[in-house]
Amino acid sequence: MTGFFQVVSGLASGGIYASLALAIVLIHRATGVINFAQGEMAMFSTYILWTLTTNHGWAYAPAFVATLLVSFGGGVAIHQLAIRPNEKGSVLRVVIVTIGLLLAFNGLATMIWSGEVRSVPSPFGSRTIDVGGVVISVQDLGTIAVALGTVAVLWALFQFTKLGLAMRAAAVNPVEARLVGVRVPWMLSLGWGLAAVLGAVAGSLAAPTVFLDPNMMQAILIYAFAAAVLGGIDSPLGAVVGGLLIGVGLNLIGTYVDFVGADLRLPAALVVILVVLLVKPGGIFGKEEVKKV
Amino acid sequence: MTALLELRDVEARYGPVQALRGISLEVPEGAVVAVLGANGAGKTTTLRAVSGMVRRTGEILLDGKPLRGGPEAVARAGVAHVPEGRGTFTELSVTENLRLGAYTSRERSVQADIDRMKGWFPWIAERGDQRAGTLSGGEQQMLALARALMGRPRLLMLDEPSLGLAPLIVREIFRIVRELNSSEGLAVLVVEQDARIALEAASSAYVLEVGKVAVSGPSADLRDDESVRRSYLGY
Repeated sequence: MTGFFQVVSGLASGGIYASLALAIVLIHRATGVINFAQGEMAMFSTYILWTLTTNHGWAYAPAFVATLLVSFGGGVAIHQLAIRPNEKGSVLRVVIVTIGLLLAFNGLATMIWSGEVRSVPSPFGSRTIDVGGVVISVQDLGTIAVALGTVAVLWALFQFTKLGLAMRAAAVNPVEARLVGVRVPWMLSLGWGLAAVLGAVAGSLAAPTVFLDPNMMQAILIYAFAAAVLGGIDSPLGAVVGGLLIGVGLNLIGTYVDFVGADLRLPAALVVILVVLLVKPGGIFGKEEVKKV
Repeated sequence: MTALLELRDVEARYGPVQALRGISLEVPEGAVVAVLGANGAGKTTTLRAVSGMVRRTGEILLDGKPLRGGPEAVARAGVAHVPEGRGTFTELSVTENLRLGAYTSRERSVQADIDRMKGWFPWIAERGDQRAGTLSGGEQQMLALARALMGRPRLLMLDEPSLGLAPLIVREIFRIVRELNSSEGLAVLVVEQDARIALEAASSAYVLEVGKVAVSGPSADLRDDESVRRSYLGY
């Protein structure tokens, strides 16, 4: 029965990886770059949640909603102020800006909130329930529900709304999109805003278990990269499936493969990235990139 | 009567290369006007200048009012531009392409316009969920045309609709353009290398040569003038 328990808890971490991986995929589809600051942006959002609940005594739900709104605005602002002015140059330039943002957010968080490790309350409490003899934590179930719920809402936005359609059009073919009247730069900003919201969800869900400190998202970002690469860096569905697979897979390997244990989880994720890039660079759902000569 | 679209002495350049050296032309309300010329004469750039896709000087007037801003603003002003090489979103479905064409119009009229397009292009009715990239070249060109019409434009600009298509399909596309013009009064500015078919559809034409208007006039005159035909139209 350990197996079943590990699967559920793996799905919970997988949901967190999936949210962050989806954020990475959204930005990669729209701007063609990997946002290395995605994890630190999520960490920063989580600090906002912590400040509202712990320092200002807000109830969890309104604090969570406020955190998502602030994160959305922050993502839009980052795109407009830091990314957009550099988009005309090479892709490398934007990548370097995101690495700069990573350092900036990490330093800023340490400066504002100190590097001390904080505990963040779980909105789901520490209760457990018994399902046919297996003990499952409500925290895990809640994490799975919130992560997948967020993904579902985003999917509906992209699939069924005019705005979502315009955002997809701006991502796949910006020149064409402008010709039908879509304001492409603002669509990309919205994409950054939504990615920041996904990061905030991932950070908030992760905080009760990994605790809050300026480096809390660094390992999670690696898992999210592994998830995005495994699923296909341009496939939103791939990011979600990849996230869940990585979460469950690493849990099972950690439990049943003795020499891996808890210590080698992170290297195992790197092995996944390497193997996928070598064997099937497009990932599970991605298209192989065809270079025309 | 003022022209629907008027270009006065328009110049445009790509870096050091001057692509347009003072183009002036008019598209009257409800007319089909062709822009002809060899490769590199500035035909595509003329359309790109109208759409604000290249930096330009000179005056471009729509209904006597200056047309300013980038492609989004020009699209909102009622100019639909079908670029060279089929302007479709290949990764999106046929219906999604059509909905994008109506991006600037009110939501509730969209379904009616999609139905209207099914009237012009009956195959769309059964293929709405198909990805545009999997359509044939002719179908993609028709979809690009349908998408442009979804926004109920005042002016339709077509860039080389015949490019890479079989003659039969080219005829079909020009037939639809002519019908749209005669039944709905749609004004069209079409750029073509295939002068023969363009002159059949257009009431007047401009022949470009290295970024300037070399000859212009009613299509019938250009078609009948032996010297024009031989030196500029190549048939």
